[in-house]
Amino acid sequence: MSRPERSKRERAARIRELLSTDGRHVAENVEPFNEGRYRRYAEMADTESYRTAARRIKEDAIERLPELVEEVTVTVEGNGGTVYLADDADDARRYVREVAAANDVRSAVKGKSMTTEEIALNEELESAGVAVHETDLAEFVLQLADEEASHIATPAVHKSREEIAALFDSVYDLDEPLETPEELTRFASDVLLERVKEADLGITGANFVTADTGTIALVTNEGNARKSAVTPPTTVAVAGIEKIVPSLADLPPFLNLIGPSGSGQDITAYVSFFTPPVASPAIDFDSPDTPGFGDADEREFHLVLVDNGRMQMREDDQLRETLYCVRCGACANSCANFQQVGGHAFGGETYSGGIATGWEAGVHGTDAAGEFNDLCTGCTRCVNACPVKIDIPWINTVVRDRLNRGASPGSFDSIVEGLTPDEEPPGLDAGKRLFGNVETLARWGSRTAPLSNAVAGSAIGRRVLERVAGVDSRRELPTFAGTTFREWFDARDGDGPDDPTRTAVLYPDVYTNHVQVERGKAAVRVLESLGVDVVVPTVRSSGRAPFSQGMVRTAEKHAEAVTEALNPEIDGGRDVVVVEPSDLAMFRDDYRHLLDEETRTTLAEHSYDLFEYVYGLLENGADATDLSDAAKRRDGETKLAYHSHCQQRTLGVETYTEAVLERLGYDVVSSEVECCGMAGSFGYKLEYYDLSVAVGERLRAQFTTPETADRRVVASGTSCVEQLDSLLARRAEHPIRVVDPADTESRDR
Amino acid sequence: MSLDAFERAATGRHATVERTTVDDFGETLAAHLDGPTVGTPLPFEGVSLEPHPVTLRPTPAELDAATVGVTPVGPAVAEYGSVVLASDNWGAEQVSIYPETHVGVLAASDVVPTLEDAVERIAGAVGDGLTSAVLTTGPSATADMGAPVYGAHGPANLHVLVLEDR
Repeated sequence: MSRPERSKRERAARIRELLSTDGRHVAENVEPFNEGRYRRYAEMADTESYRTAARRIKEDAIERLPELVEEVTVTVEGNGGTVYLADDADDARRYVREVAAANDVRSAVKGKSMTTEEIALNEELESAGVAVHETDLAEFVLQLADEEASHIATPAVHKSREEIAALFDSVYDLDEPLETPEELTRFASDVLLERVKEADLGITGANFVTADTGTIALVTNEGNARKSAVTPPTTVAVAGIEKIVPSLADLPPFLNLIGPSGSGQDITAYVSFFTPPVASPAIDFDSPDTPGFGDADEREFHLVLVDNGRMQMREDDQLRETLYCVRCGACANSCANFQQVGGHAFGGETYSGGIATGWEAGVHGTDAAGEFNDLCTGCTRCVNACPVKIDIPWINTVVRDRLNRGASPGSFDSIVEGLTPDEEPPGLDAGKRLFGNVETLARWGSRTAPLSNAVAGSAIGRRVLERVAGVDSRRELPTFAGTTFREWFDARDGDGPDDPTRTAVLYPDVYTNHVQVERGKAAVRVLESLGVDVVVPTVRSSGRAPFSQGMVRTAEKHAEAVTEALNPEIDGGRDVVVVEPSDLAMFRDDYRHLLDEETRTTLAEHSYDLFEYVYGLLENGADATDLSDAAKRRDGETKLAYHSHCQQRTLGVETYTEAVLERLGYDVVSSEVECCGMAGSFGYKLEYYDLSVAVGERLRAQFTTPETADRRVVASGTSCVEQLDSLLARRAEHPIRVVDPADTESRDR
Repeated sequence: MSLDAFERAATGRHATVERTTVDDFGETLAAHLDGPTVGTPLPFEGVSLEPHPVTLRPTPAELDAATVGVTPVGPAVAEYGSVVLASDNWGAEQVSIYPETHVGVLAASDVVPTLEDAVERIAGAVGDGLTSAVLTTGPSATADMGAPVYGAHGPANLHVLVLEDR
């Protein structure tokens, strides 16, 4: 069951509303999680080896899953528990209801478990007359408020302290209103203590289930899960089958990572290793004077392993990775869009954040991801955050492609269709098709400039673009250059170095070629001044644009064409230097999804970020006099505010820009935000314009402090420059223009 | 060495660590018994809860009324300042989670460097029939009510008493 598809305007209105309600608290609440994760990941000497080990263990576990399900069943039953393998949500619900009925359960307490929400367990038990009490404080708040989780790990992240206080006051009709976090915590845990004492059944999830010992590992902070698991005589643990790992000895890498990745803590307060049925006796608070400790005890334990689409996900080469997810929420915390709106916008029926697309598509069906999938801009900031190295942007791209292909014909526009022959189905959203074919558009734009710019800039032009393709009319559109970068290069007299130290292709990406032409010219001059023989061949755009729109087959065609043009140059000894970071990310990373290994490796291993390349040249003794002279000419303007590109940061190459600029005498302050908010075409879209501006606000704030307000602004990505231009009163430009030896002091781009 | 590291790490994560000896243990413990106390037997030679007003095998009412719970803990993890709480039918799990204050008694010889070492020990004990172990770091905590609070459903205080000669 998917939410009804909302029109773009309705979606925009919904996002605007969430920006002003949930969004205000989400950003504030997840910020410490983010900061803690960055801090701890940097602090631990073995972060990368833990991530590699965790990934390998999950790959192995999912590979051997059927065998592990059998093993854990034998183990748990050997320990004295019962295991039920539920095919789907219905099956799992029915089983737990029957366990409750067989034990005359009237009241149950439950620890936080997303899987029980996935199968809608509470509703089932309530309908059978069992009161279910959520004991996790955040889940308790949501149960009282009758709201859905907005985050997979910290589900009430959209609520403020004041809202919680008002909720408690209205539900419990308090004499004295509660104010401080301490008072609220004390009140809630006192209420819940009574529920725990009277419960006949304890329900928990499981972070890990170990096949060799039948141990349920629970990673918690509050202690509610410990109480819920140990107090009532009967316990049920509900776990997705993907939670099984081969051995208890496999857990350390996960446990070292999950505190930092989830909540920015070095480690959570509790990691429980229960191997039920446990020897600790149940406590019967209805018989307050009967001692129970010290005696053997009869406990009942049921492990419900939920399939509900997971075995099919395991067979799906693209969705399989989702099963490695440990549900820590790092992908949500690190996501600039999520921070602004939370999981009520960036989420489906059960799951939220970047990985939700994989989970929703897998357990509820592809359409369940349709409403929120576009909120992943592919910025890749979550990739290095994920403790099990899931390629979350790729999962979003794949599902977007599936959604595109499933889209029904009828909504498309024949003019756009005719203009942009691609590999996609007729029903594709016109906006996606327009942005996905930006190369065609840019070619037309340059050929017909300045007419194209005048048409696109006219009121009528903007209305048509908004109506047909959903391009928000509040956005300034890029201005196409009449003479492209390649045309400029070809028309130039050969001024290359006489005795080059290296030879390189400067990749003419679509933006450098048609819009930000000056940065291309500057790059050529910089490279030549450092002794590089530069060529600028005719080559297609990288395919980043269609890839972002989920037009995977179209992107594949681009990838093939690009490597057909560039790989022979590489074989001839040329390096490939890339100005646009999102294109470098295609060459180095994303092409592995689109090309065979050999073809893509050749390009990946010989492509360089422009400043990474310059840095390498300088390290190898290139003469930087021309560049330093450029720096000297700007006396009094050596202070820069630099915003690197999100994908540049994921690749770890943003430091080269800072290093080169500093080496040349600049004083650089770098932004510390996940994303500028523009994210390629995202910020142009009618439904996401407001969100894009809201995300950009943090960057604007960082570049308008007393320390940064007078600094010249430089940014590596095209869309970052466009976003900065709309956010700030001063213009932004690519950093290569700062060190351009043939500087003209021109600010035109 | 690793006891120093454990002490620093535990203190940095909102637990207290106090070093004592078999001879001084009675006095050290007594200072923490400022309310109705429940406990489980201590397995360290020369040390006992018997001289103290500590209820072993509490009734549900006694557990409910207790403000202090005393249990043995170990191994301890130097890198995180964590202690492992093993529970059997004496109910260390309940004794440690219900009262406001948990006092854990640790042998100095039982500190291991890493979490991985502790999990290895737990895995061995599970193989020998241990059904409940909790790696405990600091008091219970929540950030769900608008700011970090120590003392949620579980104890607000974790005191670790280290027997330096055990």
